[in-house]
Amino acid sequence: MDLTFLIATSIKIGLFFTIVLTFVAYSVYAERRFSAIIQDRVGPNRTMIPTSILGFKNDLKLPLGGLTQPIADGLKFILKEDFTPGHVRKSFFWLAPCMTMVPSLITIAVIPFMSPIAWDNGETTISGAIADLDVGPLFIFAVSSLAVYGIAIAGWASNSKYPFLGGVRASAQMISYEIALGLSIIPVLLVFGDLNLNRIVQEQSANGWLLLPLWNEAGMIWQSSYWENGGAQRWLLWIPMVLAFIIFSISIFAETNRTPFDLAECETELVGGYHTEYSSMKFALFFLGEYAAMVVGSALIVTLFLGGWSLPFGLDGLLVDDGAFPLWASLLHMGVFLSKVVVFILFFILVRWSIPRFRYDQLMRLGWVVFFELALINIVLTALLIAKPTLDKQGPNVFWISMAGLAVFSALMFLLAKTVDEIVGPGKRTAPKSSPATAS
Amino acid sequence: MSVVKLKRPELSVSDKLTLPALFKGFLVTLGHAFRSLKGKSRGAESLNGSGLGVTMQYPEQKWDEQMPDYYRGVPALVTDEQDRERCVSCQLCEFICPPKAIKIVPGEIPNEDPWAKVEKRPKEFDIDMIRCIYCGMCEEVCPEQAIFLRKDYAVTGTSREQMVHDKDKLYEIGGKRVGLVNKWNELK
Repeated sequence: MDLTFLIATSIKIGLFFTIVLTFVAYSVYAERRFSAIIQDRVGPNRTMIPTSILGFKNDLKLPLGGLTQPIADGLKFILKEDFTPGHVRKSFFWLAPCMTMVPSLITIAVIPFMSPIAWDNGETTISGAIADLDVGPLFIFAVSSLAVYGIAIAGWASNSKYPFLGGVRASAQMISYEIALGLSIIPVLLVFGDLNLNRIVQEQSANGWLLLPLWNEAGMIWQSSYWENGGAQRWLLWIPMVLAFIIFSISIFAETNRTPFDLAECETELVGGYHTEYSSMKFALFFLGEYAAMVVGSALIVTLFLGGWSLPFGLDGLLVDDGAFPLWASLLHMGVFLSKVVVFILFFILVRWSIPRFRYDQLMRLGWVVFFELALINIVLTALLIAKPTLDKQGPNVFWISMAGLAVFSALMFLLAKTVDEIVGPGKRTAPKSSPATAS
Repeated sequence: MSVVKLKRPELSVSDKLTLPALFKGFLVTLGHAFRSLKGKSRGAESLNGSGLGVTMQYPEQKWDEQMPDYYRGVPALVTDEQDRERCVSCQLCEFICPPKAIKIVPGEIPNEDPWAKVEKRPKEFDIDMIRCIYCGMCEEVCPEQAIFLRKDYAVTGTSREQMVHDKDKLYEIGGKRVGLVNKWNELK
């Protein structure tokens, strides 16, 4: 616990916190502009700096393209009346927005924003994450799933029917997708054999991104040394990784309560869902919590599947100076990481404006009947593919027999899930088969 | 053949798998986004779009040339070829006006005036543009073709007093109108 560590950590906390909050504010702006151009509109493009209220003669007419819009939005939220309806349960009503916002912001602690910075000729290194935990993804799941308490409490404390329905929906949805989220990431951890996010990124930097294994330590894909050093094995593992990526990203969509999974707040059925009774800054906290969860979710997907802060094609090796990255290289890596996150946020926005909302029973069926089983099968598949060299030593057919076993296992799983769904699944339940009451 | 049986379109394999269908949807929205950024959205030309999507950006660009002939904008009074005020202050418009926006104070035309036989002209003629609903009933009811709804639509002011159009303002908007029936002229 030396001074360097303390100073570096405080600087990192300040810097990453500012970055994430800026991203949150500007992803709202990006959402509005991007949705506008998708719908052949213009979007907010003429917010100016109102210098006239500061005593200047005219407003400064800078060609900002509406970039000051988030500031205006924030000011509006602060200046609006903070109205608390009389029928709510006050203490929980006040607690709920904080409980939604805070977990999303805490999770940024373990995400490596940049490569480790070396000090004193590589004697001391400062990690690129605020807290370089050895249980990174587990910490994120543990904390981010607390956000559902905020939503459920908001729905309950509002003491009116639409927020209550929204809260119930949110908690049911979170439980269903949390399982798929946790299971889908196990194959990734099997491949890396590590839970430290920073080391996961370093591994990807050297051996190719998980979804783009075009290079490894021996060379590029077009060189024969690549194939001699386990290139074929990586491409074999690529199939379950893509499956994990799809399940993981879709579950992140459900986890952040965004379209097509925003049933907790769907305007068409539930007025505003769990935040119907909220106004002003308390509503803004829910709003920001959702966007912060989106930013952190994108950062996590980028870190696990798309190489985090690393440059493609092993270009990071060129930046190494005396066995460690110099400061400017770390800052470059932060830029790389943030641009990847931006691309993923834009993808989030594109999905929101392309795909209609799920029906509630379809949503639950997708979670429990499809993703849960797929994630389980994916774990076994990855384990078998990793164990293939060992299995081949035991006998020529052991691997294929286990694959056949997996096929039988998957068929049984889906059969079981479908049967259970037919009996108790949503939308399938029928009225009890007693004789109808007769008019007496 | 009175009954035509249509075959329902069947879902293809890619539709049933959902994900390929979702990506088709992304292509549609992305296509719109790219066309919008290039200023080539469908209909951008005929709608006179600003170059980003089909939207016309109002204060800089206006819709005035495309305004239809039947457009009902602000009501205004007109004069005829001899610069005579056509209004004879019969007050029909004042009484028909549904929101009671019009207020007329009639005045007599003195005997030495060349138009003395018209007898009356408005001393004051106020239209409260906050009350006006642009229904056009004043124009319809006027027996003298003196009040018309023009194509102007941007009526602004910083106080309620500024939003009341008085006689001078109304004649300024209306101006001279030719080709109307002139029933007060001398026979030739």
